[in-house]
Amino acid sequence: MANAFWCIVEDDRRGAPKKVMAEVIGEAARVSSGQAEAVWLTDTATEAGLTQLAEWGATKVWLLENAALAPYRGEIWVGAAAELAAKERPKAIFAPVTSRAREFVARLAARLGVGLAADCVAFAMEGDRLVATRPVYAGKLLAKVTWAKTPWVATLRPNVFRPAEARPGRTATVERPTAATAAAQMRFVERREEVSTGLPELTEAEIVLSGGRGMKGPEHYVILEDMARVIGAAVGASRAAVDAGWRPHRFQIGQTGRTISPKLYMGFGVSGAIQHLAGMRTSKVIVAVNKDAEAPIFKIADYGIVADLFEVVPELTKEFKKLLEK
Amino acid sequence: MKILVAVKQVPDTATQVKISADPRAIDTTGITWIVSPYDEFAVEEALRIKEKRGQGEVVAVSLGPERVKEALRSCLAMGCDRAIHLNDPAWNDADTLVTSKALAAVVKQEAPQLLLCGRQAIDDDMGAVAAQLAELLGWPCASWIMEEAIDGDGKTVRTARQVEGGLEVFDLPLPAVLTAQKGLNEPRYPTLRGIMGAKKKEIRDVKAADLGWAPEPPQLSVVTLEALPPRPPGRILQGDVPTAVKELVRSLREEAKAI
Ligand SMILES: Cc1cc2nc3c(=O)[nH]c(=O)nc-3n(C[C@H](O)[C@H](O)[C@H](O)COP(=O)(O)OP(=O)(O)OC[C@H]3O[C@@H](n4cnc5c(N)ncnc54)[C@H](O)[C@@H]3O)c2cc1C
Ligand SMILES: Nc1ncnc2c1ncn2[C@@H]1O[C@H](COP(=O)(O)O)[C@@H](O)[C@H]1O
Repeated sequence: MANAFWCIVEDDRRGAPKKVMAEVIGEAARVSSGQAEAVWLTDTATEAGLTQLAEWGATKVWLLENAALAPYRGEIWVGAAAELAAKERPKAIFAPVTSRAREFVARLAARLGVGLAADCVAFAMEGDRLVATRPVYAGKLLAKVTWAKTPWVATLRPNVFRPAEARPGRTATVERPTAATAAAQMRFVERREEVSTGLPELTEAEIVLSGGRGMKGPEHYVILEDMARVIGAAVGASRAAVDAGWRPHRFQIGQTGRTISPKLYMGFGVSGAIQHLAGMRTSKVIVAVNKDAEAPIFKIADYGIVADLFEVVPELTKEFKKLLEK
Repeated sequence: MKILVAVKQVPDTATQVKISADPRAIDTTGITWIVSPYDEFAVEEALRIKEKRGQGEVVAVSLGPERVKEALRSCLAMGCDRAIHLNDPAWNDADTLVTSKALAAVVKQEAPQLLLCGRQAIDDDMGAVAAQLAELLGWPCASWIMEEAIDGDGKTVRTARQVEGGLEVFDLPLPAVLTAQKGLNEPRYPTLRGIMGAKKKEIRDVKAADLGWAPEPPQLSVVTLEALPPRPPGRILQGDVPTAVKELVRSLREEAKAI
């Protein structure tokens, strides 16, 4: 539909949309007054997954289901989605910031010849144009941007937008257009799973604990992992800790690492260099534990404790346990 | 093997950025400019490929105003063989798509086997240009790669790209686009000899007319830049560790409702 806001579905590769889709659909529905539609490119969708999208508020689901669509390859997805977009002329195309969606919608925007606003943190309709807000220059400024024509293509930073509430009983029409899949140039070889920490994914977690050089060595991260298990958090690190070889690269938070925006960020032995802040400053609540009262992280922290983290962490884990056992 | 590396010049993150009189742009006075860090990983990887194969050419390409020569010069000092500077006021308002179109025109002229970009430029943080170049060129693209290996014949590249929960390994026929990220390698520092040698290397200026460029409006434009809204003042929790911790947990639950 010409007024539709498409939401590109990020799924768990097992037929269910990820929970970040509640945020994307929620925001698309809010901005468009209820015209959110889901577009799902996958090799397997489940009925439960389709119901979930409807309950979050997608009025229609465009299901492009084809074995060639997994694992994600931009060159194949773009053809399939562009063909549908040419026919249906959506007003906007939203996707969450994930490794594949970020690449995919950039490529799609180029195919459609339209603008792309990546990693947005707010949207507003101004008259009949959409204005997006996105952090730039290491998060030091906010840019308000707008598009020359539709579809307005954008990616949304996870954990920033209010998720749609799932309303049981809401339904959506499911359209199953045949997807034209181009011959693939890229050949899939294998997927190497990371050794699972059993903790949430850094970019998806609602709570993130970050350990910096103050952690003093790789062996001490277990104390953060213990706390993380109690409160359901992910554990990240500063670049100093990553470069010292204490944590793998994928756990680095900051400008040359991951951008996160959890409900709660807690930094332990992190000084708060500008490049670290670039990756976490849109966190809702920031806690800093550092023995140096002058550490720059205290300037943006909502709560701070000036003390030795090795005294604070065990005590904090104990108190969280007490609280959550209640 | 000929490799092109697209590099963007960006303000050093350590420098302060201020909004200029025109609220859509930053005030560039006093800014220290650097090669975007991810692009340094791309340059490094290109140099390593050339060194491993014992032959080849690495060409750095950048679009931007005159000051961009400095960034290209540092790529030459790292070891790139020559550089191309897309330097024309026609691209002053370029968004990622216009940038990609202009770069794609140069890539077509140069016809490299591999195009390396950074994961994202740390000024606008779009992470779009590489994928858009791939689309415009009709080349396969692997973003956020952690490793790559080109086969002996120089026909395909095997790459592992970072995705949530793991790495996905693909074979891409060349020519292809790859984007570099931290963890791929450790960029080298230019040697004194490299710096001296860079002065003699070619930086070719390319004007819009050289590409047969027809004026192209940006598809995305900045309405305004704004300073961050100030965060409410924070609170240092006082007392000994157990007291401060108890107060923190209470505040997180009752005030911030974050736990
Ligand atoms: C181009 C570029 C990109 C970069 N990208 C990133 C990035 O993505 N992410 C990133 O994090 N950094 C990045 N950096 C590096 C950044 O500038 C800082 O060097 C880095 O963030 C510092 O890490 P840190 O806070 O862990 O270490 P430090 O700055 O050394 O701080 C350690 C802190 O721990 C405190 N401490 C020590 N012991 C204890 C204790 N027992 N209890 C409590 N506190 C203690 C100290 O007081 C100190 O404040 C980048 C730099 C550059 C130049
Ligand atoms: N003006 C430019 N000149 C050359 N390369 C660029 C330019 N802008 C972006 N790139 C390349 O595209 C990557 C992604 O940039 P961006 O999409 O702006 O985040 C960068 O890391 C560079 O490799």
